[in-house]
Amino acid sequence: MARNSDTDWQTHMGDDTLREMACQELVEVITDYLEGTLPKSDRARFDAHLATCPGCREYVEQMRVLIRLSGSLTAKSIEPATRDSLLRAFQRWRDSQTRL
Amino acid sequence: MPVTNGRYESAVTLQTGDRTSEAELIERLRHGDEAAFTWLVDTYSPSLKRLALAFVSDDEVAEEVVQETWLAVLTGIGRFEGRSSLKTWLFKILTNRAKTRGVREKRTVRFSELGPEDEYGPAVGPERFLPPDHPNFPGHWSIPPHPWSGMAEQAVLRRETMEVLRRGLEQLPRSQRTVVTLRDVDGWPAHEVCAALELSEANQRVLLHRGRSRLRSILETYFAEDA
Repeated sequence: MARNSDTDWQTHMGDDTLREMACQELVEVITDYLEGTLPKSDRARFDAHLATCPGCREYVEQMRVLIRLSGSLTAKSIEPATRDSLLRAFQRWRDSQTRL
Repeated sequence: MPVTNGRYESAVTLQTGDRTSEAELIERLRHGDEAAFTWLVDTYSPSLKRLALAFVSDDEVAEEVVQETWLAVLTGIGRFEGRSSLKTWLFKILTNRAKTRGVREKRTVRFSELGPEDEYGPAVGPERFLPPDHPNFPGHWSIPPHPWSGMAEQAVLRRETMEVLRRGLEQLPRSQRTVVTLRDVDGWPAHEVCAALELSEANQRVLLHRGRSRLRSILETYFAEDA
């Protein structure tokens, strides 16, 4: 494959496994990295980059913290009135079952 | 007690861990055990409602769809053979009903197709990076992330931070909000989100990525202003 330019990292994404990962690329593949779906060669580039870049280490950590924070948001449930009416419906259903 | 919302446990652990207790739960439900029904309603209704809101426009309709789903569970539990998990069955009923309502409201949402609001926007603005023709560090940070990860854990204790996050989540395009919420708030594994929303793995990741990137940037702005 012909190389366009040494500095145009975007067009080289994936076709040069030895190329150093740029920060701008890292922030776009971070979800694949965290999901475990990043190809092995890119994963190695990702890890190698992290080892030398404090800015990206902070970025990855922020993503992890964000996921933890999201996990502590409480999920909004149904209205109490809906819940009550469901429990009443259950009692009616149960009574109709036992009559059979 | 079944551990259905065990965050980040592997799907395999969840499945095998669930099956026995799930069978017991179904048995109790068939025998009219109200505690079993209450437990199910309290455990699954938040996710059911969230999923309903992916297909119908307003809260009230979503509540109705959730309610119809539980009623369908009661009429169908006698025939449920346990070939799929209870959870899968439950969400299948909901999705079918929510879609029917969506059609009636002329508001079908196809998650497999990304909407215009999901058009490409970079995770971080290009102005934060050195230009591609930079002699030494093309595409590297020119303005690195404002550091806040270290203080965020204490910040959880502050209601304001969580409020910022909650509002940020509400502002996301609906498809991103649905995926991020099911994955990160409700703790669903990726394959379950894909199945429920009929979404490919790749599109699920794209929506998750854009949603999370946007939320990170909102928190960065918040902590930078706070500093």
